[in-house]
Amino acid sequence: MHHQHTISVVVENEFGVLARVSGLFSGRGFNIESLSVAPTSDESLSRITIVTSGDEAVLEQITKQLNKLVDVIKVLDFSDGSAIERELALIKVTAEDDSRAEVLRIVDIFRAKIIDVTPKSYTIEATGSPAKINAILDLLRPLGLKELVRTGAVAIGRGAKGWKG
Amino acid sequence: MKMNGARILLESLKREGVDLVFGYPGGTVINLYDELMNVREIRHILPRHEQGGTHAADGYARATGKVGVAIATSGPGATNTITGIATAYMDSIPMVIITGQVPTPLIGNDAFQEVDIIGITRPITKHSFLIRHAKDIPTIVRKAFYIARSGRPGPVLIDFPKDVQISQAEFKWPESIDIRGYKPNLEGHQKQVEKAVEMLLDARRPVMYVGGGVILANAAEELTELARTLQFPVTTTLMGLGAFPENDPLALKMLGMHGAYAANMAMTHSDLILAVGARFDDRVTGKIATFAPHAKIIHIDVDPTSIRKNVRVDLPIVGDTKDVLVKMIDCLKGQADKVTAQHAAMEAWHEDISGWKTKHPISYKQSTSVIKPQYVIQKLRELSEDDAIMATDVGQHQMWVAQFFEFHQPRTLLTSGGLGTMGFGIPSAMGAQAAYPKRQVICVCGDGGVQMNMQELATMVQHRLPVKIVILNNNFLGMVRQWQELFFDKRYSQTCLELPMDFSKIAEAYGAKGLKAEKPSEVEQVIKEGFAHNGPVIMEFTIAREEKVLPMVPAGASLNEMVLNA
Repeated sequence: MHHQHTISVVVENEFGVLARVSGLFSGRGFNIESLSVAPTSDESLSRITIVTSGDEAVLEQITKQLNKLVDVIKVLDFSDGSAIERELALIKVTAEDDSRAEVLRIVDIFRAKIIDVTPKSYTIEATGSPAKINAILDLLRPLGLKELVRTGAVAIGRGAKGWKG
Repeated sequence: MKMNGARILLESLKREGVDLVFGYPGGTVINLYDELMNVREIRHILPRHEQGGTHAADGYARATGKVGVAIATSGPGATNTITGIATAYMDSIPMVIITGQVPTPLIGNDAFQEVDIIGITRPITKHSFLIRHAKDIPTIVRKAFYIARSGRPGPVLIDFPKDVQISQAEFKWPESIDIRGYKPNLEGHQKQVEKAVEMLLDARRPVMYVGGGVILANAAEELTELARTLQFPVTTTLMGLGAFPENDPLALKMLGMHGAYAANMAMTHSDLILAVGARFDDRVTGKIATFAPHAKIIHIDVDPTSIRKNVRVDLPIVGDTKDVLVKMIDCLKGQADKVTAQHAAMEAWHEDISGWKTKHPISYKQSTSVIKPQYVIQKLRELSEDDAIMATDVGQHQMWVAQFFEFHQPRTLLTSGGLGTMGFGIPSAMGAQAAYPKRQVICVCGDGGVQMNMQELATMVQHRLPVKIVILNNNFLGMVRQWQELFFDKRYSQTCLELPMDFSKIAEAYGAKGLKAEKPSEVEQVIKEGFAHNGPVIMEFTIAREEKVLPMVPAGASLNEMVLNA
């Protein structure tokens, strides 16, 4: 069965590592839906969150191939519900006349923030699960979506344990 | 003691036991080459092309089991190594490639002879390093060799900027290294091994399917012991030839596209496949959907990505093949009764197999008027030493060698199995001969591939490497022609090399010996004369032009749908 999957990869914080990881996906025909990367609390490490899709065999290969890379220290494969996922989106919408109030209402309901205002537009900062971002976008789109930037998901395991166990 | 980076690199290579490198100088490695003059312990062979040097390092590694080392300058020197690196990567050959790089401040500026070689080679190396500071060199070299030779071996590239070669640092060899993201799993899980042995003892129609991983792990002896203890028939891949003696009654010979009929039938009808260090390549499985439909599969491999990549596996065992085979042998020691009972229960299976072997042995029709390539290969076997090292290029001749030159010992076949690299034969034979100056090294080529790296004949003459090069000349790119004949209605698009050229004269132009046979009656004499000559030789054989490699499983067909005669 084809489904979406979030994988978190702990890697050496060195130049070229991201190219190795992303090159693995492109070179082997694996899909990347989103990818985000930044250093961790341990400065020698970076954490890459990849949202990918494929059937079980493909996902097994992705995990194994990632583990095989010398710079990869740990691959965390989050199955449904085992992780908390968040994404940040910056959304610029048309906001004139009647629609200004409507945008504000939506922003309020989604606990998002207005971070830039002009007489013709609002720019909104929204965070949440990718599904929540999709939901706010669905409501804003009819009002006139001018620009959208999304970070892609970051994920962390649920519970008290860190990734080292 | 302080040294420059170039010297530190060479001292580090010495610590890794490197006594021979194949390299080509240039602007960005000129300092390294200058220092090389002060280091007597490392022999250097100058090929005529960096691709030749890289294949030579590969041939050296395949023949010896040690890490091969190649050096090239930056830019075009570095890019010329790519086919050699990819070839080694596909066949899991341990190799370290050192490339010069423009000075650090110029990196990324499109400087003269600059390329991003790390970027270019990323998909075809096991790992790579860019040296930024001279003090890091010993650790990087040590890591590079460790990564190249451990786990599933492979090529590792070290990019070495010119300014780092000149800068001074203290030489400090690290006592140990720890790569936190790289811990190959070498020990097979004991419980899994026990489960596997149970399955082995339950099987009634078993086959051992053996790949190059057995040779890479130096596990041929253990494999042979296990097969003989259990009386299991053994088929090998192209890369696995030599892992099990082909004159053993249990040998099924090679399987797959040009494999033996008995081997492919045994796979199709088996109830259990024990795959050891083999990766179910598409040339082996044929159509996946109908591959070994009745068999349970046990798969031993040091690389977890090989397992379940192409076929379903009932019992995976990740580990060094030698370690796992030893554990299996140990586990069987207490079960002699079961083993004996099983021998009796497999009688019908062994009868089926001998039936297939007799019905369609690997064979050809001899001729008195024209030289049959298979006959040349058989004569080569007959007249060569038992431990002769055979290198091949890629194409029809490669398959004839695999079918008709019996391999009895590991590391005696050097061939590009994964990438299928034309031009591999001559330089890889050169590398093996440099490692073993006293052993007989033979290289069989076609008239196509031989022209891709025959400049290395000059290197062989210069360094007194007496490789015996055999050219099977049919004036065709034979394997492509065969496909065109069978599947493209004999439309021979661009596969005819018609040209009245004389390879023996090319040999003489380089200062080697040239011999030629045009009739079957001349074959034996030419081989004897070539083998007797104390130096590199080209023996050219004008062969039957339209001879085909048979049997054949057409691409995409099932293993039991073999074309036996066409």
